[in-house]
Amino acid sequence: MTAITTRAVGSSPTRIEGTAKVTGAARYSTEQDHLGDVAYLWPVPATIAKGRVEAVDSDAVAGLPGVLAVLTPDNAPRLETPDDAELAVLQDHEVSYRGQFVAAVVATSLETAREAAASLHITYAEVPHDSELTENHPKLSKPEKVNPAFPTDTEDGDVDAALAAAAVTVDATYRTPPVHNNPMEPHASLAVWLGHELTLYDSLQGAFAAQQALAKLFALPPASVHVINEHVGGGFGSKGTVRLGAVLAAMAAREVGRPVKVVLGRQHMFTVVGYRTPTIQRVRLGADADGQLTAIEHAAIEQTSTVLEFAEQTTVATRIMYAAGSRRTSHRLAALDVPTPRWMRAPGECPGMFALESAMDELAVATGVDPVEIRIRNEPDVEPESGKPFSSRNLVACLREGAERFGWAARDPRPGVRRDGRWLVGTGVAASTYPSYVGPSTASAAAEPGGGFVVRISAADIGTGARTVLTQIAADALRVRVEEVRVEIGDSSFGQAALAGGSMGTASWGWAVTRAGERLRAALDEHGGDGRLEVHVDTAEEVKARTGFAYHAFGAQYAEARVDLDTGEVRVPRLLGVFGVGRIVNPRTARSQLIGGMTMGLSMALHEEGVLDPAFGDYVNHDFAGYHVAAAADVADIDAVWVDEQDEHVNPLGVKGIGEIGIVGTAAAVANAVFHATGVRVRDLPIRLDKLLGGLPG
Amino acid sequence: MQLSVNGQSRDLELDNRTTLLDALREHLGLIGSKKGCDHGQCGACTVLLDGRRTNACLVLAVTCAGREVATIEGLAGPDGLHPVQQAFVEHDGFQCGYCTPGQIMSAVGMLEEFERGWPSAVTGEVQPAGLTAPEIRERMSGNLCRCGAYVGILAALTDVASRS
Ligand code: FES
Ligand code: FES
Repeated sequence: MTAITTRAVGSSPTRIEGTAKVTGAARYSTEQDHLGDVAYLWPVPATIAKGRVEAVDSDAVAGLPGVLAVLTPDNAPRLETPDDAELAVLQDHEVSYRGQFVAAVVATSLETAREAAASLHITYAEVPHDSELTENHPKLSKPEKVNPAFPTDTEDGDVDAALAAAAVTVDATYRTPPVHNNPMEPHASLAVWLGHELTLYDSLQGAFAAQQALAKLFALPPASVHVINEHVGGGFGSKGTVRLGAVLAAMAAREVGRPVKVVLGRQHMFTVVGYRTPTIQRVRLGADADGQLTAIEHAAIEQTSTVLEFAEQTTVATRIMYAAGSRRTSHRLAALDVPTPRWMRAPGECPGMFALESAMDELAVATGVDPVEIRIRNEPDVEPESGKPFSSRNLVACLREGAERFGWAARDPRPGVRRDGRWLVGTGVAASTYPSYVGPSTASAAAEPGGGFVVRISAADIGTGARTVLTQIAADALRVRVEEVRVEIGDSSFGQAALAGGSMGTASWGWAVTRAGERLRAALDEHGGDGRLEVHVDTAEEVKARTGFAYHAFGAQYAEARVDLDTGEVRVPRLLGVFGVGRIVNPRTARSQLIGGMTMGLSMALHEEGVLDPAFGDYVNHDFAGYHVAAAADVADIDAVWVDEQDEHVNPLGVKGIGEIGIVGTAAAVANAVFHATGVRVRDLPIRLDKLLGGLPG
Repeated sequence: MQLSVNGQSRDLELDNRTTLLDALREHLGLIGSKKGCDHGQCGACTVLLDGRRTNACLVLAVTCAGREVATIEGLAGPDGLHPVQQAFVEHDGFQCGYCTPGQIMSAVGMLEEFERGWPSAVTGEVQPAGLTAPEIRERMSGNLCRCGAYVGILAALTDVASRS
């Protein structure tokens, strides 16, 4: 591919929707004001973990003033069978997990809907449930593939023999708890029917995919479904595909003959929209005395629900990270009576790299090799499992740059020996990685009659800065100033486009926007501007032709941890990420995104844990009081920088996704720093004081 | 009832269960105040009630008669953005923007509290010495940001504090 020349790309304009967002003018999903009388739906979650709904006694609430409908498994309109079984809401009487929606009330006011939903009497036939993931769970089995389509297990060379012969080995089990996405905007849907045409205002990460799914569910031609997601208040994977609130809204709006809003409560966000599966991961490393790896084994145990199989790709990063003579990776899955886990920011890489990068630190300690050096020593020439060359890989440059900036050289490797008053002080490092995916997309570009250009693509800006970077990209392709370009996104009618997921937005949409801009520019150059030109492009063929290389981004994260000698409280005063992520389109928004990922990684390291109550089969701490996410006071000095990386193979813009890599490795860097500070190795997240107290030096 | 919002008196007929937040969002079309939790745990709904920062989801609208509500919609003046708004844009103090109106209203209230010399949990002396980073972080910790924009928010507020 030939690199394109850029002017706007690489500059740092502020966000295009910035003023709208800081003045409160930006309308998110359901915040529409032109629809007249809107009704409100409030869902009713199951209070048992497994069994059947025997009866819903709607009579008492159906007569309440303002109640328009009570939807139950008995009377809810029938839907076509969805690809995603979670969308078959109220289609049968089964209860597969506690909190699953079993009824809903639609009313003229939110207050009435909530009160009626709370007083709805439901009888259940309950059967015993099994909600707790354990290492030897009898239901563990081998899924056919792991998300989205990776082989479940891989094996290369004789791991057992290499481990037996290794001079140094590490054999450790790491645990990560359930973690909940919790975008600040809850999933929100507003459905409006006009005859047989459905318009849905929603908070989803992809309008086009939602349009296709809803058309199928409601047996409509896709053209009869219009999905709009102009502003999205975060998603982190939980809004990746259409979720059940949208289905309820569409169903109810048709029933009651007026627009219906469904805005999930924060408590619902812990059950019905997905979360990160808990994992139990065993890592075994074999190495020679110099820390050169001879064997890597990474075996993950995780859960899914009985509604649908979601098998997280927890060990896939281990397949590409380090050179080793032999390697084995595997995934085992138990389908339990729990809510369905799904995508959460860097599914797979995030929990998997906590284990691998903690184990690498343990190997560094065991061999006495510096943790930065041991990673450099095991740098592969090609992607280990596939043998493909990397389109670009700058892990070593990131490690070195980070070491320099962080002041790593002076580090004393001994754990538990540095004190600053009542604080034990330590530093740690971990690597980051994330695949550089790209998906086919369509886009259009047109010269506007009054001058200027409009580019349309069904992209979503979930906080990434997509609208802004696409405008920069379009301006360069059109060879005009950014002020002359208006990019419209968030609308399924703009055609097929990749999701705002898998860190592939900028790469995929940017590719289509580049082609659209180039084609319009060529047409204008040829025909002259008659003010009516419009071009449409589809990158499907080009994207399919991208082969021959292994496409990944890499990075290194450095953390300083301070642990209170008496209480075990952990603070992280410094966190530095250095990334090799291709061309940076907008340094301002890119830095925010990387820091945002690292902040969520810090939160995972120290705070976040969905606590399952096995007796009820539910996460008990399902609000922000019981489930702490990092607040301003938890976050000190976090910075993200990048090394210069030109990658002419990854896509025409040379960009790699940056939405997820920031959260990969953070937790390991913090855990490694905590070990260096205290001598206590915490292998199960989050790193809480109770896990440290017993082991702190006196 | 009458509700005074951003200096304008508005006539409303409300359910006595309606929160101030729902009155603003669902009845007055003032969607700038956001609902992140409806439980007083996230700060997305922060407004100024008689000048004090308040979680609008925890206040029943009927208790607000005769009181002055200030929301994000009323913050920018005729000459453009409020300095806090401007600083949020320049320092990229947000990503998805959903927590942002609450962060900004909270910051405006926080700066005022600091002006009055109110101490915070991290203030060593009775009077805070200055609006340091730890002071700002502590005072802004009632406003969660899942996008993790705290670094930008701190830079924005440090900038505003240094200019005033
Ligand atoms: S919505 Fe009021 S504090 Fe969260
Ligand atoms: S900017 Fe998204 S939650 Fe704060």
